[in-house]
Amino acid sequence: MIEIFWFCLVAVMIAGYVVLDGFDLGAGAIHLLVAKTPEERKQVLASIGPLWDGNEVWLLAAGGTLYFAFPALYASSFSGFYLPLMMVLWLLILRGVSIEFRNHLDSPVWTPMWDAGFCVSSGLLAVFYGAALGNVVRGVPLSASGDFFLPLWTNFLTGAQPGILDWYTVLIGVLALAALVAHGALWVRYKTSGELSARAGRFARGAWWLLGILTLAATAASFALQPHIGANFRSYPWGAVFPLMAIAGFLGMRRRGELAAFLSSCAYLVGMLTSAAFGVFPYVLPSVGSPDFGLTVYNAAPAVYGLQIGLAWWIPGMVLAVGYSVFVYRRFAGKVN
Amino acid sequence: METALAMDRLHFAFTATFHYLFPQLTMGLALLIVWLKTIALRTGDEHYHRAARFWAKIFAINFAVGVVTGIPMEFQFGTNWSRFSKSAGGVIGQTLAMEGVYSFFLESSFLGLFLYGEKMLGPVGHWVAAALVWLGSWMSGFLIVVTDAWMQHPTGYKLGPSGEFGLASFWDLLLNPWGLWQYAHVMMGAVATGAFVMASTGAFYLIAKRHEAYGRIFIATGVGGALFASLFLLATGDGQGRNVAVYQPVTLAATEGLFTTAQGAPLAILGQPDTNAGRLDNPLLLPKVLSFLTYRHWAAEVKGLSEYPRDLWPDQVPLLYYSFHIMVGLGTIFIAIAAICAVWLMRGRLFDSKPLLWILMLSFPFPYIANTAGWMTAELGRQPWLIYGILRTADGASPQVSEGNVLFTLVGFMGIYMVLGMLWLFLIYRELEHGPEERERPV
Repeated sequence: MIEIFWFCLVAVMIAGYVVLDGFDLGAGAIHLLVAKTPEERKQVLASIGPLWDGNEVWLLAAGGTLYFAFPALYASSFSGFYLPLMMVLWLLILRGVSIEFRNHLDSPVWTPMWDAGFCVSSGLLAVFYGAALGNVVRGVPLSASGDFFLPLWTNFLTGAQPGILDWYTVLIGVLALAALVAHGALWVRYKTSGELSARAGRFARGAWWLLGILTLAATAASFALQPHIGANFRSYPWGAVFPLMAIAGFLGMRRRGELAAFLSSCAYLVGMLTSAAFGVFPYVLPSVGSPDFGLTVYNAAPAVYGLQIGLAWWIPGMVLAVGYSVFVYRRFAGKVN
Repeated sequence: METALAMDRLHFAFTATFHYLFPQLTMGLALLIVWLKTIALRTGDEHYHRAARFWAKIFAINFAVGVVTGIPMEFQFGTNWSRFSKSAGGVIGQTLAMEGVYSFFLESSFLGLFLYGEKMLGPVGHWVAAALVWLGSWMSGFLIVVTDAWMQHPTGYKLGPSGEFGLASFWDLLLNPWGLWQYAHVMMGAVATGAFVMASTGAFYLIAKRHEAYGRIFIATGVGGALFASLFLLATGDGQGRNVAVYQPVTLAATEGLFTTAQGAPLAILGQPDTNAGRLDNPLLLPKVLSFLTYRHWAAEVKGLSEYPRDLWPDQVPLLYYSFHIMVGLGTIFIAIAAICAVWLMRGRLFDSKPLLWILMLSFPFPYIANTAGWMTAELGRQPWLIYGILRTADGASPQVSEGNVLFTLVGFMGIYMVLGMLWLFLIYRELEHGPEERERPV
């Protein structure tokens, strides 16, 4: 039982990361398109400036929690996705220094260079994260010892020997980009004012249509490709709350209220991620060849005692962490000037 | 497989060594900034406020590089060391996850407030933000050192049915005797880096005759911090050395270059270990001192390397020996520099002493070298084990990640880190050039 509880906690932390750093990444991906003047670019950066680093911590905390709650999953997936993960690291480095170093010099060479770095790295990170999720849902060719190593791509078909990129994972990658672009655009609309805010709103509305089409396509593809998802929803109909949350969030993204639309986008992201987690459960990494080799919440977890102890520090620690976040967000509330 | 293992080791060693250049300054400066803010708050001296703001800017640049080079460390446990992670994740995952949950959230939340919110928070609130950043960074240091300490001297674990390690006692993991000495030692090393960098900057300003009022503050604070840190480095290093003697006796023999067992063993000040011939070439020895330092008894027996089978020796004896001797040698020099400067400072003559100012100005690289050599001593000394006595390094790497892939990403990191290092230097140079005076600037 406690394994299932930790599965939920890790899912919550990953969803927290995607919602929070998601708007940083989305704002970055549209940075060059939505902000036209140097003044506007400064505003986009100011909207995430004091927050992005704390948001990125959710990745580290989620990674650490995954490491301790499901070490076998951490070991298998991180080594199996070796090359794409290294590229994610390099993109995270580029994204971080682009934000932090940009404002140190006011020069017509220096700032545009970092603006481009911020934009490219943010957009690519969204695609990589989506493709990673696609790989987890589709499954990988696990061996009896729980290892795998995937080439970057093969023939772009799913099957017994897929690549990290195939039509399905590319679809999920593009979906993630569209979702975070809409999410980031709604954040920029909420945090900035004037022409920039209006332009970000138009951007979000355009992305919304694309996001709707991609969401439908990805949902159909996921049900077709991973039969486990359909089986889970049939066996446990209450799981429909997750997709319903995503649908409600998706519709709410059209709201006129800036904060309401942004929060709806948060709900959409959480709904989509929890739907995926619910769909593949109890697997945490399904196997495409022999289902028996798949990693589940049970065979990837360590001894129960460690998981019990973990609750004793995790709960107060995360209460504190959420407290700091609320404090900081309130301090930087309102529109940036 | 063997070359892949070597690549994996080099990959981790390179990324960890480069990464630690930044947190050591961050952790040291965090304490010194709290100190400057405390004086500013108590005396109301605007110079100290500006001094704190100046170091906060250096801190921010340094912190950014520390963050982006730190993320790859957590990832590499999984990417390059999957066998190790699978078996040990249930234990050290505890402390690694706690670092994220307890320190990184604290540190990142209040660093944003500290850097951007001085007006909003008011003087006391800003002091609290600085103190919380300090607390967060030092807690992060503790949880990482405890993780390393478990690999050096595993405690509080039990072996599970399929060969993986599970947690048996949370407090034994957290209060590992190895970890407590190591933590104190590592933190004092970080304070030494922060203090020497601060004193060195102050000496630079006095020699260049710029921002001299601040230069004097930096020197006084830096020299005080350096004396405090280097004395505690000596005491904590002694404690850590005796841990090595108890838990890793073969490592003790290798670090000291002691090949044959001796009663009243000498301490090697100089000399080159020759592992093939099994002797120390060109030795300069202090008779009986090693026995005394290790066991507080001049005639005590210290076991030499020849007592142990070769496959238990650390696999890089000369590198380990040199790292250790560089660390200890530099630590001794730090005490001398800090003590002389402190005496001159108290007699009011330091700020006019050109030779001492030059020595201080040129001192800043050496704590970095000493800290790096210290970590090399710890980690090379742990070999050939990944978890001392229970998992060999050769059994910890990711079996399916090939040598070529690791070499590719290693070269990638080298290139990226070279550029990062140049950017860091460039931005730090600009801050030093501007100095601590208030100015109009586009931020």
